[in-house]
Amino acid sequence: MAAIKAMLAKPWIWSFVAAAGVWMVTILFTAGASTLGLTQAALTFAAFSIIVGLGQMFVITLGPGNVDLSIPSTMTLAGTVALKLMDTNNGLIAVGILVTLAVGVTVGIGNYTLIKLLRIPPIIATLSSSFIIQSTAIWYNRGIRIKPPRVLAEFTTASTLGIPNVAWLALAISIVAWVLLERGIYGRWVSAIGQNMRAARLAGVPVDGVRVATYVLCAVLAALAGFLLSCFSGGAALNMGAEYLLTSIAVVVIGGTAVAGGFANVPGIWGASLFLFLVVSMLNTYGASAGVRLFLTGVIIIAVIIAASRRLGEGSSTS
Amino acid sequence: MTWLTAERWRLLVPAVSLTVLLIAVFWLQPRTMSYTGLNLLFNLAVPIALATIAQMLIMMVNGLDLSMGTFVSFVACVTATFLQTDPLVGALILFGCIAIYGALGVVIYLRNLPAIVVTLGMSFVWGGLAVLLLPTPGGAAPEWIRWVMTSKPPFVPMAIVASVIIAAAAHWLVMRSSFGVVLRGVGGNERTVERAGWSVLRARATAYAMAGFFAVLSGMSLVGLTTSADANIALRYTLLSIAGVILGGGEFVGGRVSPIGAVIGALTLTLAASFLSFLRISPDWQIGAQGAILIIVLALRLVLTRREARVAH
Amino acid sequence: MSIDPAVKPVIAVDGASKTFGAVRALSEVSFSVARGECVGLVGHNGAGKSTLVNILNGSLTPDAGTIHLEGLAADRYSVVAARASGLRCVFQELSLCPNLTVTENTRIMHSGIKGLGWRRNAAALIRAKLDEIFPGHGIDGGQTVAELSIAERQMVEIATAFSQSDHAVRLVILDEPTSSLDSSLAAQLLAYIRRFVAEGGSVVLISHILSEILTTADRIVVMKDGQVVASGPAAEFSVDTLVGAMGSVVRARDARRVFEAGAEGGPVLQQRALGNAEAMDFVAYRGEILGLAGLGGHGQTRTLVSLFMNAGGDWRGRRQTKIAFVAGDRHVDGNLPLWSTLKNLTLTLLPDLTRLGLIDRRKEASVAGNWRERMEIRTNDLGNPILSLSGGNQQKVLFARALATTAPVVLMDDPMRGVDIGTKQEVYHMLRVEADKGRTFVWYSTEMDEVCQCDRVYVFREGRIVAELTGEDVTEERVLAASFAGGAA
Repeated sequence: MAAIKAMLAKPWIWSFVAAAGVWMVTILFTAGASTLGLTQAALTFAAFSIIVGLGQMFVITLGPGNVDLSIPSTMTLAGTVALKLMDTNNGLIAVGILVTLAVGVTVGIGNYTLIKLLRIPPIIATLSSSFIIQSTAIWYNRGIRIKPPRVLAEFTTASTLGIPNVAWLALAISIVAWVLLERGIYGRWVSAIGQNMRAARLAGVPVDGVRVATYVLCAVLAALAGFLLSCFSGGAALNMGAEYLLTSIAVVVIGGTAVAGGFANVPGIWGASLFLFLVVSMLNTYGASAGVRLFLTGVIIIAVIIAASRRLGEGSSTS
Repeated sequence: MTWLTAERWRLLVPAVSLTVLLIAVFWLQPRTMSYTGLNLLFNLAVPIALATIAQMLIMMVNGLDLSMGTFVSFVACVTATFLQTDPLVGALILFGCIAIYGALGVVIYLRNLPAIVVTLGMSFVWGGLAVLLLPTPGGAAPEWIRWVMTSKPPFVPMAIVASVIIAAAAHWLVMRSSFGVVLRGVGGNERTVERAGWSVLRARATAYAMAGFFAVLSGMSLVGLTTSADANIALRYTLLSIAGVILGGGEFVGGRVSPIGAVIGALTLTLAASFLSFLRISPDWQIGAQGAILIIVLALRLVLTRREARVAH
Repeated sequence: MSIDPAVKPVIAVDGASKTFGAVRALSEVSFSVARGECVGLVGHNGAGKSTLVNILNGSLTPDAGTIHLEGLAADRYSVVAARASGLRCVFQELSLCPNLTVTENTRIMHSGIKGLGWRRNAAALIRAKLDEIFPGHGIDGGQTVAELSIAERQMVEIATAFSQSDHAVRLVILDEPTSSLDSSLAAQLLAYIRRFVAEGGSVVLISHILSEILTTADRIVVMKDGQVVASGPAAEFSVDTLVGAMGSVVRARDARRVFEAGAEGGPVLQQRALGNAEAMDFVAYRGEILGLAGLGGHGQTRTLVSLFMNAGGDWRGRRQTKIAFVAGDRHVDGNLPLWSTLKNLTLTLLPDLTRLGLIDRRKEASVAGNWRERMEIRTNDLGNPILSLSGGNQQKVLFARALATTAPVVLMDDPMRGVDIGTKQEVYHMLRVEADKGRTFVWYSTEMDEVCQCDRVYVFREGRIVAELTGEDVTEERVLAASFAGGAA
């Protein structure tokens, strides 16, 4: 019983409740005909936002002003470069993965260099670098769409034990992220920096090391998501990351991570990612137009945030 | 050097960046050194400057508006449709928008919500409404707006006159008026302002409503320049307005803002785009070069603020 | 009714009680301040002083009891009502808007200053009051508060509280007003309080420096465990009787070692003076308590921070950290407000509790439990949020954070601000024991009796070390002389 009580006090529970609610409504509307398909699609598409969301979560936890706006362009660049290098050749998959990771590491270090050396606020630094990354992708790609190696295309679209492979991957990454955050010294340090960077530094936290690691981690996860997404969708497109700019921030915040930094939350990313995808698919099944879909998505996001905030307000009113 | 206060140092960097960029443009394209040339260079700066001021007002009370671009787009759609066909309905909608901004300020404060998230949600709402209003590009600018935006005052082009007026009005409102002090105080130390007997709720609602007002002006002036609207017309404004505030010496938290700097920041960003097209950079690298300019200007600011620190001590 | 209608105290609280959860912060306290009176309020941390002050200024409503203003019952008492009746508060944590200028902050505090000439009026108001309280203050109304030193901010805050525009100032509550001021500024303030009281104003003065209370207050109220335990004219008290009433005993000072510089090997920490030939280099040796003295805000904190930062550690975490820092301004430099007491306590030690990047949480809990005992941190659960602790206990956690490590050098940035005498004595003793074991403490303090605890003292002036005092030379007179004259020693 105590466990259930503790569960209800968790900030991430609400994103799951919301996701489950939307799932039920959609299932009811289609009279259960699409249960399996809907669940699989939700897990597949949510997996991509989970992977980028986890990176964004660590960055946002670093404190006010920390957010990575270069996620979409990093996704595009990683997808383009990796697919072009592999050139549909199954034998070069390892090279593709290595290049993807290298893109992530380079972008992350580049971002932090701007933040640290030029003391540019992270939002602006990652925004500026995203322009450069995007241009690099355009220049490298030249508008040619290259198919992924067959093995990768099959892997990313297939399922194991009824769960899409990309969702398994997202799960594995999430578990690692959870351990880092809740049990590891890294998570403690990130949270300390997010609450008060100066106090953290004076308490001996290696602030620069932790921050650069976080920006690299975020960029690597974005690159990985871009790589998987381009394999999944049969090729890299220049605008394929665009929607993840807002989505990556939205899943972090709806999931219960503190926007002001210092407190992060891994399970919430899952709830929020599933929720966001399910809302869109629910509106699709009702045959809503694009305008209505956008409008309602926004209203629902705000409603969820307000509902969750009431809980927080009640919890903290005694202090 | 007592006149060189911290506030003035803050302005020096954006002013120098703008001047350097302007000289570079004149050098590359001497024909821009004329009435028409300047007007062309800075025409699109007016709506960006207004949106930047709007963003600055929200950042002043420690918020951040991620819906600025979609909101300006929505206003543009309303201006090109309702305001032109049924001016009364159009005006009511726009006043309603300002009221919604004020209400957002209230909700964000009362529920202690992060502004980023609420405005993130609002960006979907405004985007959706804009698509519903104008699914395909169209509409027309009301005559009077068109007239204002294309009028030709003597000696100095409209774009520059408008920028100066915007900067002066915002400066007076935020930096000089006695209520502006309270608004910045909310950004600096909310509890103190509250203890002194002010209503933080009202201050925040005012700041947001003022931001809504400037953003509405931005959308209207944009339609005056483009003559028609579409749902995605101003999506770039979210990031442009944030960058403009920062370029102008503002900061994300702590109520440290500079309206004059923000307008200069907006002008710099507009000029950067023209500068790149004059440089004949390959289209592949146009966006990237904009990013590079942003970085260079901020690096310049670093060099100069180091001097500021030395002057302060 | 114990209130005599003929006298009409400025404010009177009768039988006030306040409970927070299970903690009874205040029980049936009666307290009043008469016109033209300075009341000294003393007591250890957690004695209920802050709760009483918050009831007086309207930010807390008592669970039971009444409040009378000028003899009239105040039913709907609030912060706004308190201000309107001429009550002002200077809080322990500095509460100005750092982004605004001194003049603009004055405007925030005085809603009556408006209209076209508001800036000129506000500037004149604050300048006049600063000149009156702190002659020769050197603060310009156009300066942004963020540019001011902590002492200057405190001065501005005090001057703002005493300045009046639309409402007359009747009662000013000063909560540790001298904590950031050096002794000459503190003397100016105390002299002004006497003038203000002589003109018919009222003051409630809270201070841990008992001599200030004894010389300045007309009447002293002693609190302990949420109750008033003693009250009477200041002349009836002495430091000993006050301390006795507060419930702790002043310990004899530990014998100071006359420290032979360099006797035990080379320096453990040093920093060359920059540029100026007049300045002295900073050197610290193993096992000494090295004091940094001088007027408040003359570069001591900056020196400590730069000593810490220069020791590295920006990029990689280290086991057995070489240097630890105890923050004084705990909200800015110390606390991690979202965390529990436990996580706050172990932060510096964390690399030593970690294997393969994972924290050994059992070991962490036992280390923290150990230090709770040693420092007598008052909380029933280390899982409680750090902010639920009283200020003094938060400060103890910051001490424990540094002392729990094996760091051979500990830097302390005026860490005893707001800590009660009992705890201070414990900490002094602990520092001495640790120093005898070979640890080096570099201790910046604004309180003279703390400076006098040190083996060796560097006196700072205008950002530089201008004098070095050792052994028996460490006296209040010598330190003061060096602070003003510079290079005298």
